[in-house]
Amino acid sequence: MINFRYTRATDVGDAVRQIAAEPKAKFIAGGTNILDLMKYEVEQPTQLIDISHLPLRIIEEVPSGGLRIGALVPNSDLAYHPLIEARYPILSSAILAGASQQLRNMASTGGNLMQRTRCFYFYDTVTPCNKREPGSGCSAIEGINRINAILGTSEACIATHPSDMCVALAALEATVHVIGPSGERAIPFADFHRLPGGTPEIDTNLAPDEIIMAVELPPQGFASHYSYLKIRDRLSYAFALVSAAAALELDGGRIAEARLALGGVAHKPWRRVEAEAALRGEVPDRAAFAKAADILLRGSCGFAHNGFKIGLAHRVIERTLMQAAHGTPQIQAIKKIR
Amino acid sequence: MAEPLTRTPKGWDRLSPPSKVAITLHVNDVPRTLTIASWTTLLDALRNDLGLTGTKKGCDHGQCGACTVLVDGRRVNSCLVLAIMMNDARVTTVEGLAKDGALHPVQQAFIDHDAFQCGYCTPGQIMSAVALISEGRARNADEIRELMSGNICRCGAYPRIVAAIQQAMAAMESKP
Repeated sequence: MINFRYTRATDVGDAVRQIAAEPKAKFIAGGTNILDLMKYEVEQPTQLIDISHLPLRIIEEVPSGGLRIGALVPNSDLAYHPLIEARYPILSSAILAGASQQLRNMASTGGNLMQRTRCFYFYDTVTPCNKREPGSGCSAIEGINRINAILGTSEACIATHPSDMCVALAALEATVHVIGPSGERAIPFADFHRLPGGTPEIDTNLAPDEIIMAVELPPQGFASHYSYLKIRDRLSYAFALVSAAAALELDGGRIAEARLALGGVAHKPWRRVEAEAALRGEVPDRAAFAKAADILLRGSCGFAHNGFKIGLAHRVIERTLMQAAHGTPQIQAIKKIR
Repeated sequence: MAEPLTRTPKGWDRLSPPSKVAITLHVNDVPRTLTIASWTTLLDALRNDLGLTGTKKGCDHGQCGACTVLVDGRRVNSCLVLAIMMNDARVTTVEGLAKDGALHPVQQAFIDHDAFQCGYCTPGQIMSAVALISEGRARNADEIRELMSGNICRCGAYPRIVAAIQQAMAAMESKP
């Protein structure tokens, strides 16, 4: 690890002032991703600004009927919160599908959004990587790309976003509340993470001098018909090859509302409103689910080692929607797929 | 001659002496004051500064769980915690489990079930299991396996680890 200066932010305003004053500074909360990357010297901040003690640990109901989750709420506290379990079980399920209990105890809500890709070449500092070193090239495109993206890729980068939690937050249409030197703003979840394009070094639309304060969930939690299904190379404690969050509202045997997002396939949680629109008004059967999968996966493109993800994603979408429709969500502790 | 390989940011001397800070950790109910560099992890502070080598360094990247300790009662990977952020925290390591010469029920269960081979992952497994039982989220073998998945055992002692945890869980339920 390279030497750095450690400072503590006294409040949110101070955190923003400190990060604005030092462009090479980074925030640290749970530390599970930044310290890992600093040990590999992938991240080389000159200063770590400790925000872990700021008063952003509250989960509270908001007048709109939704829920506001403080940026520093640990992943485990969020997954097991009674209001999340009761009203947004898809979020609880997705969180518990990721990492380990130790890491979930440490990792924060905001940090989960900000975690960086697990692409092997991003971590391997002796190989070119446009995300780590802009302009150096992408080693994954011609390399070992089993874990890489099949949607929304660019010639510069085929990395995926590793979060499970964010896939559920995308499906729930959460809002990210942030603050910077020019004040507060709200970012719709779909606009928070970005596709790599020609600037894969930029993961999100959060400005470098902004900080996440909270994630807000809208009232609709799809607690009756949801599922989060994650397929990976071992049964627990591994990143997704493909995962899906499916949420349905059924009315009179037909789909009134649908949400569908994928993990492990793109630089951001992958969602298309057209796929969800195609489900509305349909009978929840395999034909309707296959059609939605076709739309969601349109334009997918595999590389030498990850072409299997396209067919896998198709089946995962169908199965997750089926689990949601039947009210039999995947249980993360039981590895049999229902 | 080629430039020596360096990834040091410009204007930053990686060899400059670290500024050290004094912190207090309440380790196994004993307050310990130590002087550490900003980059010192809780794992290194425990092992190198306090001589508590029961906590093991496996991967040093949060992938294996060998370094699991309890901070304020919650299990964490001590390799991914900066000690400087833990001032005044209560830390429990495997050295702090036995009380008055009697092993903790989880330690006794690991012996009873021979739940290890090489033993390197065992302190982390035991600390993780102690936390798992106090969390109260695991009620059966499937849930124990899932909530212990952050602790890797390369000898493959998993079936006996699960059996040991089930025994300890039953023992601790009968004697709260």
